[in-house]
Amino acid sequence: MLKRPNLSIPHALLSGAAALASLFAVAQAEAADPIKIAVIAEAQAIAGASIPQAAQLAADEINAKGGVDGRQIQIISYDNKSSATDSVRAFQRAVSDDKVNAVIASYISEVVLALEPWAARLKTVMITPGAASNEITKAIHNDYEKNKYTFHGYLTSAELAQSVCDGAKDILVNDRKMKTAVIFSEDAAWTTPLDVGYKECLPKIGLQVLDHIRMSPDTTDFTPIFNKIEGEKPDVMITGISHIGVQPTVQWKNQQVPIPMLGIASQATNSTFWKDTNGAADGVLFQSVSGPGVAMTSKSVPFADAFNKKYRNFPSYAGYTAYDEVYYIADAIKRAGSTDSDKLVAALEKTDWEGTIGRIQFFGKEDQFTHGLKYGKGLITGMISQWQDGKQVAVWPPEIANGKIRFPSFIKAQNQ
Amino acid sequence: MLALQILVDGFAISALYALGATGFTLIFGVSGVLNLSHGALMVLGAVAAWAATNELHAGAYLAALFGIGITLIAAFATYFVVVRPLQTSRAIPKEETEIFVLTGTLLWGIMIQELIAYFFTDNAKTVLPIVEGVVDIFGVRTPQNEIFTAVICWVVIGVLWLIVNKTRSGKAVLAASMNPRGVTLLGFELSRIYIAIWAIYGVLAGIAGVLLGMFLGVSSYSAGPLTGSAFSIVVLGGLGSVSGSLVAAYVVGYLETVTAYMINPAYRFIPALLLLVAVMYVRPQGLFGRR
Repeated sequence: MLKRPNLSIPHALLSGAAALASLFAVAQAEAADPIKIAVIAEAQAIAGASIPQAAQLAADEINAKGGVDGRQIQIISYDNKSSATDSVRAFQRAVSDDKVNAVIASYISEVVLALEPWAARLKTVMITPGAASNEITKAIHNDYEKNKYTFHGYLTSAELAQSVCDGAKDILVNDRKMKTAVIFSEDAAWTTPLDVGYKECLPKIGLQVLDHIRMSPDTTDFTPIFNKIEGEKPDVMITGISHIGVQPTVQWKNQQVPIPMLGIASQATNSTFWKDTNGAADGVLFQSVSGPGVAMTSKSVPFADAFNKKYRNFPSYAGYTAYDEVYYIADAIKRAGSTDSDKLVAALEKTDWEGTIGRIQFFGKEDQFTHGLKYGKGLITGMISQWQDGKQVAVWPPEIANGKIRFPSFIKAQNQ
Repeated sequence: MLALQILVDGFAISALYALGATGFTLIFGVSGVLNLSHGALMVLGAVAAWAATNELHAGAYLAALFGIGITLIAAFATYFVVVRPLQTSRAIPKEETEIFVLTGTLLWGIMIQELIAYFFTDNAKTVLPIVEGVVDIFGVRTPQNEIFTAVICWVVIGVLWLIVNKTRSGKAVLAASMNPRGVTLLGFELSRIYIAIWAIYGVLAGIAGVLLGMFLGVSSYSAGPLTGSAFSIVVLGGLGSVSGSLVAAYVVGYLETVTAYMINPAYRFIPALLLLVAVMYVRPQGLFGRR
């Protein structure tokens, strides 16, 4: 016969309390577990190198203020070497081995499109700080339940085209009476919808499209292309370039092609672009979402300065968005009270966050660009800057402009 | 008008190809080494010149010299660290040495390329041009830089010709490329000739890299295609034949330029590669090959 344990009431209470205490300790440890965010980016490309740096800066700031409900944010970064295969491997490792709660990934559309099905399969929230293709949000719209884990933290190509047209209308058509344009873009996933957008909005603002040139991203000698464009006598070249940038700019200057360039030129958003081109960038007009010394919001300048202080250069466009992303992921986790992916998706959809590039809100399930950023006044408008004497000068919209457009002498356009 | 444009543009790029390929073919002719790190060494020269301007604040001339100097050092490193140990290794069977050297230089080139990408990113860099501005050649607006490139290339090739044909040590190099054993019998130290040839190669590759950096700009991605084009030119001209390489450089340069202007810049490399395949079928020793 088993002997019944002889427990006095105080003893029982004591052991009960001990059990409770140990349970509490486990809960405590859980609360102190860090929130892990993976950053998969192109560490060897200038635009991509800013992504993990900016994310780390945001995490440091949040952690210095006590983290999210006592939990620290830990950034785990993976260099994808601009390869989709490496990115997929990194994504799998991040989720399975490193047990991350969310992923910030890449500025290349082809890479993000390769990761999107993995975000769905592994039910892990993924936000891109710099890819643009419309296909990313289209996939979410078409199969919401499956792809809802992906968010597009940068403007879609359609919005980028709109932003360029909005700027071009004021500074080229209204101010300089320009009438004709040639579209000059690289052959890549992100420019297909961009060019569709350009072709649609340029005639609407009064710029007739004379030609549409798509060139291989491997092009090294742009002389034949510039030669062809010059023969068509457009007033402006509207650019859509990201993988290329330094070489066409240097050759444009060396050959003194008398036609100004305006559009998306991702490499021109990097603070090192002037050095990389040995100053050939002078006069290049480019769209961006924020820039050094420009107060898009009250957070833009402090961020760019803190980044510069820490890394001794200014962030690329994807640095601004990556910084914002860490903040609104943290905000969403706080609101959701959980890192559970489905709850996080629901919380992210309700995001209303003032970031460094503007007011961040996502399109909903029923909208055409599901989980894309909303564009427009009071949200994100983008801006047009110009390289002048080694500096990026904001020239549009007028509210934030800190200089006037000035072209190098070989450009025939009027300096107003 | 278009024909003139093609004539002018093709001339400069062909001159650059000629200079790049000359060193490549010289090394093969004398020591039987196909240096597949060639493109990476050219890129290294250009990136070093860029860094001299932007990190060390050097002027255009000094930066160019720096770039050439770094390529020269790297060329010696290629010889002493990769090529020579493989050639003299007793662990490698004699008949397999060439394939080992080929693989060794290929991997060495990839290492250089990755290091450049790691330290200087894989975005393109351009070298501060020594001359700027444009001139009008029969209505074709031509960058002075382009003319400068062509002139320097031909001056350097001319000087090389003088050295090889008119000086005693140059003649020894030429003789070594024809018959290495004969040269040793005459009392020349073959290993010293090899060092001389790698020095010449380093300077040529350095100049070609720096000029390319000024003219078009380079990135770490350029390494592969540059090795590829040097390789095609040299095979087309006849392995080891310097004059063959010069002619082949112009054939390839103009073929590419015509394709870029008349068809599409994206397809510029294709016809030259097709020609290469055709030559290998019909005349495997190349246009001017000796063997």
